[in-house]
Amino acid sequence: MESRTLRQQIISMRQSFFDEEILDGQFTQLEQLEDRDNPNFVEEVLTLYFRDSTALLATLEQAMETVPIDFPKVDKMLHQLKGSSASVGANKVRNEINKTRELCQETKVEGAKAAFQELRKEHDTLKAKLEPYFHQLRQAGSAESAMRPR
Amino acid sequence: MAQSRHAVTKEQSPKITALVVDDNMVNRTIHQRLLDNLGIENEVVCNGKEAVDVHCSGKNFDLILMDMDMPIMNGIEATRRLREMGIRSMIAGVSTRAMEQEIQAFKEAGLDDYQEKPLTMSKLTSIIRKMNHND
Repeated sequence: MESRTLRQQIISMRQSFFDEEILDGQFTQLEQLEDRDNPNFVEEVLTLYFRDSTALLATLEQAMETVPIDFPKVDKMLHQLKGSSASVGANKVRNEINKTRELCQETKVEGAKAAFQELRKEHDTLKAKLEPYFHQLRQAGSAESAMRPR
Repeated sequence: MAQSRHAVTKEQSPKITALVVDDNMVNRTIHQRLLDNLGIENEVVCNGKEAVDVHCSGKNFDLILMDMDMPIMNGIEATRRLREMGIRSMIAGVSTRAMEQEIQAFKEAGLDDYQEKPLTMSKLTSIIRKMNHND
């Protein structure tokens, strides 16, 4: 009974990520790469992603506070972040990166700074939503192994 | 998934080998997993220079997945160098770059195929089919 409720919660959480367009089809691609030998592949990739993205955003934050802003350097970092965000299906994060890049390319300082803050917000929201999701998945995984006949 | 892995590897022997060239760990991990899933032996390097160096050491691969933007030596330069060295492997450029002239420059460096990132199973399968068709 308990594991059925847990599974329902997981399904519902997952669906909400797509309904809210926080994640896109690339995330599903990653899920399809999981198998018995790699049951936590998605969580592993997202952990790698957040490790890199958090560091990159911190560097970007500093770069955006420097006067004058080194826009080519910022663009390079945003391009990097866009690449890995697209690879994990982080749809809204990727969209905010595009907006920030456009404003940077137009050297609109205040606009770029505001867009960057939105980008940070979307990134932190994604992280805050995925952490409990993966936690639930792991719990469901342990519950399933406990139920398997020995 | 297991069935499609067998379907691909049954068609060719010996096993296909691949080199992943990408400075981003997330992408390297995903590309490796895609290749593993198809039963393709693979190695990774982090930039174009390492890709060239690994070939200088005598290694060869059937397929090279080459990212464009990398530090030290980018994908365009690495592709050019490998072709100058006489490397005839299938080189598939994989990049998030959208500008036509950049993609063109990448292709002119010696690519056999180009795919926009993120790489998916169907994009990788299409690269491999192209590789088999060229053999």
